[in-house]
Amino acid sequence: MDKVLMKGNEAIAEAAIRANCRHFFGYPITPQTEISAYMAKRMPKIGGTFLQAESEIAAINMVYGAAGAGVRAMTSSSSPGISLKMEGLSYIAGADLPCVVVNIVRAGPGLGGIQPAQSDYFQAVKGGGHGDYRVIVVAPASIQEAVDSTINAFDLADKYRMPVMIIGDGMLGQMMEPITFPETAGKALAEKEWATTGTKMTRKPNIINSLYIQPEELEKIIMARQKKYEDIEKSEVKYEAEGLDDAEIVIVAYGTTARIVKAAMALAQKSGIKTGLIRPITLWPFPKDIIYKTAKKAKAIISVEMSTGQMVEDVRLAANGACPVYFYGRTGGAVPQPKAIFEEIRRYA
Amino acid sequence: MTREILFAGFGGQGILFCGKVAAYAGLVSGLEVSWLPSYGPEMRGGTANCHVILSDKPVGSPIVNNPTDLVVMNLPSFDKFEKTVAKGGNIIIDSSLIGKKSEREDINVHYIPATQMANDMGLGKLANMIMLGKMISVTKIISFEQVKKGIEKSVPPSKKDLIESNIRAFEAGYNY
Repeated sequence: MDKVLMKGNEAIAEAAIRANCRHFFGYPITPQTEISAYMAKRMPKIGGTFLQAESEIAAINMVYGAAGAGVRAMTSSSSPGISLKMEGLSYIAGADLPCVVVNIVRAGPGLGGIQPAQSDYFQAVKGGGHGDYRVIVVAPASIQEAVDSTINAFDLADKYRMPVMIIGDGMLGQMMEPITFPETAGKALAEKEWATTGTKMTRKPNIINSLYIQPEELEKIIMARQKKYEDIEKSEVKYEAEGLDDAEIVIVAYGTTARIVKAAMALAQKSGIKTGLIRPITLWPFPKDIIYKTAKKAKAIISVEMSTGQMVEDVRLAANGACPVYFYGRTGGAVPQPKAIFEEIRRYA
Repeated sequence: MTREILFAGFGGQGILFCGKVAAYAGLVSGLEVSWLPSYGPEMRGGTANCHVILSDKPVGSPIVNNPTDLVVMNLPSFDKFEKTVAKGGNIIIDSSLIGKKSEREDINVHYIPATQMANDMGLGKLANMIMLGKMISVTKIISFEQVKKGIEKSVPPSKKDLIESNIRAFEAGYNY
């Protein structure tokens, strides 16, 4: 199939459609509005539902309802809007429903700014909403990876009956790169026996609920979910590694920041400093094993982020003291420059 | 071979489209490409720019900090980006909109009155394609034929009638 040039936002929307998502509920916000705009254009033509809700809160609750009815449902927003969705996300996790949420992150806190940022890491991987729950968080670094991750996100959500979040930033959402869409047409989806589709008087009613008043009953449900999370931590970790065998300095970076890091690594190579990269593709489950293994051999690890230092906490936990873990970041919508990252590499080499 | 190109000017001059044609032309030439627009509170009359990378290797950072080629169509962008051009690189300047001359001696500076040419040819809004034509003829990154294909792929189906005039504008810049 021919490669096409597409903006990250539009590519994510098209990928969702190709993954058989026919229900999208959104509310516009820069820098992700093209996802909604694309859905608004395409959904009516293919018998799907595009609905611009009255607010982000309404949109996520529409996703909750649609997911309960067993269809593939999605919403997207950017940071301030994602904050509004957190209550709904907690309910969806508490009701064990699959859905896909896209966060094209902008600078915060508050309304912040519209330029690229990674300062929603804590919110994405540490809960965000209330309660003991997890969300699978996938952070693509290219438009092709965004396409593949989006399609896979729907499969993961269905498999584990839980929300999956695609996290990008304004750069990923706005840039164009050549992509191809994998063949998905005609792929049959598994039956969702738990969905509230109407009993037609042939079965007992299915109930979608997150309220359990008896502590023992709720604890049992939470612990069963916990077991599921443990399985996911064993089998769904994804990362890209480069140059780890003989690296003195290893950088951990995700999303578009990892691409800028690669430019810094090329500068380091010219100065004779051996560097490696671990790029978490799943932020949760986090690639902690490879980080620990690497920390035992490396002189130092640097976590590079577009934040004041969020993922670095997980990198330190993973390294478990085996080597020093430093941090470099820019925030507020400022993007790190390769030269500045290279200076950090040189400082610790 | 890696070219890091910065297209810069006012919103409404077709800066982003110009970059898209370059990216598509690179794609049909078998190169790896990326296209990154400035985005945000930009509007017609405000500044706009886009970063295009064409390379025979996978594109790392899509951000162009030090362009090998700067295509510039307004004075604020010229003032802002002239100093960032990589040594040995090119600046293509729309001399009908930018009265200043570049004082740098370590780069190649090309002046072309693109906006004036577009008006004279009755190609009102197509100074951008004239600028692209000049850039391609100077850098020879991609062939004329491939840029034509890039134009065909970049023009939306609803505006197919504009392909021919875009190619004419490109040709005028290419042969200037």
